[in-house]
Amino acid sequence: MTLSRTILAWGALALFVAVPVLVAALSPLHAYRPPSYVAASLAGVLALGVLLIQPLLKTRPPGVAPARLRRWHRRTGFVLVVLVAVHVGGLLIASPPDAIDALLLRSPTPFSVWGVTSMWAVVLSAVLVALRRKMRLRPATWAAIHNVLALVVVLGTVIHAVQIEGTMGTVSKWALCLAALAAAIAAVARARFPGISRRGT
Amino acid sequence: MTLIASRRMMIAGAAAASAGLFAPAIFRPARAQGLAPTPTMRGGANNYRPGAPIVDRIGSGGFRMTGTVRRAGDGAPIEGARIQIWAHTTEGYESDPESHGATLTDATGAFLMDMPQIVPTFGQPHGHLAYDAEFAGGGFKTVFLRPVMSSARDTRLEAHFVLAEA
Repeated sequence: MTLSRTILAWGALALFVAVPVLVAALSPLHAYRPPSYVAASLAGVLALGVLLIQPLLKTRPPGVAPARLRRWHRRTGFVLVVLVAVHVGGLLIASPPDAIDALLLRSPTPFSVWGVTSMWAVVLSAVLVALRRKMRLRPATWAAIHNVLALVVVLGTVIHAVQIEGTMGTVSKWALCLAALAAAIAAVARARFPGISRRGT
Repeated sequence: MTLIASRRMMIAGAAAASAGLFAPAIFRPARAQGLAPTPTMRGGANNYRPGAPIVDRIGSGGFRMTGTVRRAGDGAPIEGARIQIWAHTTEGYESDPESHGATLTDATGAFLMDMPQIVPTFGQPHGHLAYDAEFAGGGFKTVFLRPVMSSARDTRLEAHFVLAEA
């Protein structure tokens, strides 16, 4: 992997994440919303961006040592948990009845169920990481549970995001969602079948 | 084999579940002059303000909410029904008192309210309407509606009440 290809790969990743975040940040809808709602909304968009980065850290991307990638995978996971907390907390402050309806799965909006599903999968993943030593699961079992939860998080979030009429641009939202799905599937496939190796390595 | 068996079980289970879901609609007895009452919509009552005042319009207008109120069964128009309307708009949040206003239906059961442009909130551009028995003079049961706009650029929205006698 040459330096130029490394720059190209990371540059493409930055674009996939930065464009939807910028479009959302510049949305005229923010003018009509309280700060708690704006924070919740942007945290949600950033979390979707994290869902593209997170699996890619497990597909041996170019230019970074594996040990560093592992550390970053853990840090990025922590960031995801914080973003989910801001997303849900901000919505609870912005409109308690709407947010509580969503959490209790009685919201009129179909995408809420997917968001809540993803939220619980994130919570379970965090518990799985925190109790990794205590649970004494076989590494393969632990990884299998983690990967299933990760797929639920990404798929749930993508369905949640595409159905929402909000601050994200349609094209950049779909691009980020499809990229996150592809990255998640690639990372899990690589974990299941280590024989799949990158071209040219 | 177990996989096939469990798959069959799942298909059978799904079929049974969907039969259970749709059966009431199929076997509901047809009523003679059957105009069924409008059920309260999920989330319809969120951010409702009991007793919001009757107003000429909400804020500076630009968006129009219209609808009708009729009696279940024969569909007769209900005059003087008090309908409260509120939404997240360019001028205020759903929970703000000034985003709420009530109006009365005319002799044909129709109502209209000019209000600021509705903007999407919680993922959908939607409005809220209430017929609250406690403030509407009684006679009919309370109903909350939450219609969704087909596009956030729409400048009008309709909602229709069919009320059940209390």
